[in-house]
Amino acid sequence: MSALNPATPIAASSGCKSSRCGSSAQQMNGLPSAIMQKVQDHPCYSEEAHHHFARMHVAVAPACNIQCNYCNRKYDCSNESRPGVVSEVLTAEQAVQKTLAVAAAIPQMSVLGIAGPGDALANPERTFTTFGELTRRAPDLKLCLSTNGLMLPKYVDQIAAYKVDHVTITINCIDPDIGAQIYPWIFWNHRRVTGREASEILIAQQQKGLEMLVERGILVKVNSVMIPGINDAHLKEVSRVVRAKGAFLHNVMPLISEAEHGTHFGLTGQRGPTPQELKALQDECAGEMNMMRHCQQCRADAVGMLGEDRGAEFSIEKVAAMQIDEVAAMQRRVALRETINAELAAKRAARHAEPAQVLALRPAVPPPELGRAVRMAVATGSGMLIDQHFGHARAFSVYEVREGKVEWLETRAAAQYCGGADDCGETESTLARTIATLADCEVVLCSRVGIEPWGKLEAAGIRPDVEHAMESIEAAAAAVWQAMLAAGQLDAPRDAQRRA
Amino acid sequence: MALEIIEGCVNCWACLPLCPHQAIYEAKPHFLIDADRCSECVDAFATPQCAAICPVEGVIVDELGTPLNPRGSLAPPA
Repeated sequence: MSALNPATPIAASSGCKSSRCGSSAQQMNGLPSAIMQKVQDHPCYSEEAHHHFARMHVAVAPACNIQCNYCNRKYDCSNESRPGVVSEVLTAEQAVQKTLAVAAAIPQMSVLGIAGPGDALANPERTFTTFGELTRRAPDLKLCLSTNGLMLPKYVDQIAAYKVDHVTITINCIDPDIGAQIYPWIFWNHRRVTGREASEILIAQQQKGLEMLVERGILVKVNSVMIPGINDAHLKEVSRVVRAKGAFLHNVMPLISEAEHGTHFGLTGQRGPTPQELKALQDECAGEMNMMRHCQQCRADAVGMLGEDRGAEFSIEKVAAMQIDEVAAMQRRVALRETINAELAAKRAARHAEPAQVLALRPAVPPPELGRAVRMAVATGSGMLIDQHFGHARAFSVYEVREGKVEWLETRAAAQYCGGADDCGETESTLARTIATLADCEVVLCSRVGIEPWGKLEAAGIRPDVEHAMESIEAAAAAVWQAMLAAGQLDAPRDAQRRA
Repeated sequence: MALEIIEGCVNCWACLPLCPHQAIYEAKPHFLIDADRCSECVDAFATPQCAAICPVEGVIVDELGTPLNPRGSLAPPA
């Protein structure tokens, strides 16, 4: 078994690009220290932790008791995991074996979650058998689960008994009229309930479950799917209410509604939000509470660091053949966790020692002489270097350079316009879509770019830059910003520049 | 007297744990109902549980082949 070397805990993790986070680790500013303590080694909740700790989901919960219009039940839950994928469903026994195997091979493993592929609490027997066995055999692992909330009040005490200390509830609305546009039916008290009544019940159960969890000191994160025209304006209110009731984190995720997934929304042409709309809503809600922005919408059987999936190494057959020393593995995990947390604590202390580095959730507007902030899109495969051709990039990393400091914001999917072969039939519209995705960026850093996209990018006010090919993203972005500053391009707002 | 799961079932598992007689089982290409065990829930619930949670129209039928969730019955209102 190829265990990672516990002697080098803070080695670059393959799952996430280390250049992504930087100062954004302050997302949790303002949380009470007891909660900070609880989330500090949880990769899904702490942006800082997600470089250093690994998580896994076990797909023991296939059944679901509600229908969402963004879900096609052929596939995994499209809120709790990436839409359009099918996880291998495990029995509770298989899930326990797999968890112990992963936790022995990956000592960074700190969290075991049940997030589907259906709803954790629509499969109570499988879910709680898994938790019960793991509480006994790997008591150091944090347990968490995700649910639509319908059955939450019934199982809150069981959740507490198994020391599950993190629960995610998907709450898309608190208004049943809006709910009626999202949930066509639920299964409740042995019958199918449709229409507004279905949402009334679901919302009441979710809110009651949230309150009961908070009463018991269990951390609650709220997931919401942003559906433009249906709940987008409403989610600010959702954010306010769930915060008031004690949820510690709100994760607003974009609706994914590709027609090929065959969901109701996909088939009726309900669009998802643009990256700009999503970010604007997240910013608006950030005034209300802590927002989570690094969610990867992982599969229900994801294994490893956030953003990576090592599930294939731990198939049922492979796990069955592994010899595992459970006790030794747990000792390795505990020791590694202590080392990592000590290093992170030292880093945090160092950060707080430099007043200039302490950032609020909303950074203050910089004095005008420092130049305004500039967003840049980067074509990168490695996440470290500017190493991709514009046309080959499947996604762009978007950075913001503010006062010379480079901060990763998010990754945006690109419409791929050139596969290098004769597949360029839709070149024009694909390129236009990609450019629209990057509309708020002023520069796109890439290793190369074709003449046609070059012209169209410039026409859209986005300057292609290939001068920094194969250089480090952070250094290059900072250099480009400094050059813009020196050239006086950052004195006026971008719009004024473009008119000039 | 028994229900049947027919082609179109997406193997979502929702029905399996609800059956009061454990008549439903995992099979390829889709889940099946053991006709000897199925009572159509007449002895247990007001409505057959598998059909009450099934998310796909037309895939659970009675002995006459009539779907318990006919076409259009599960669609969101237009």
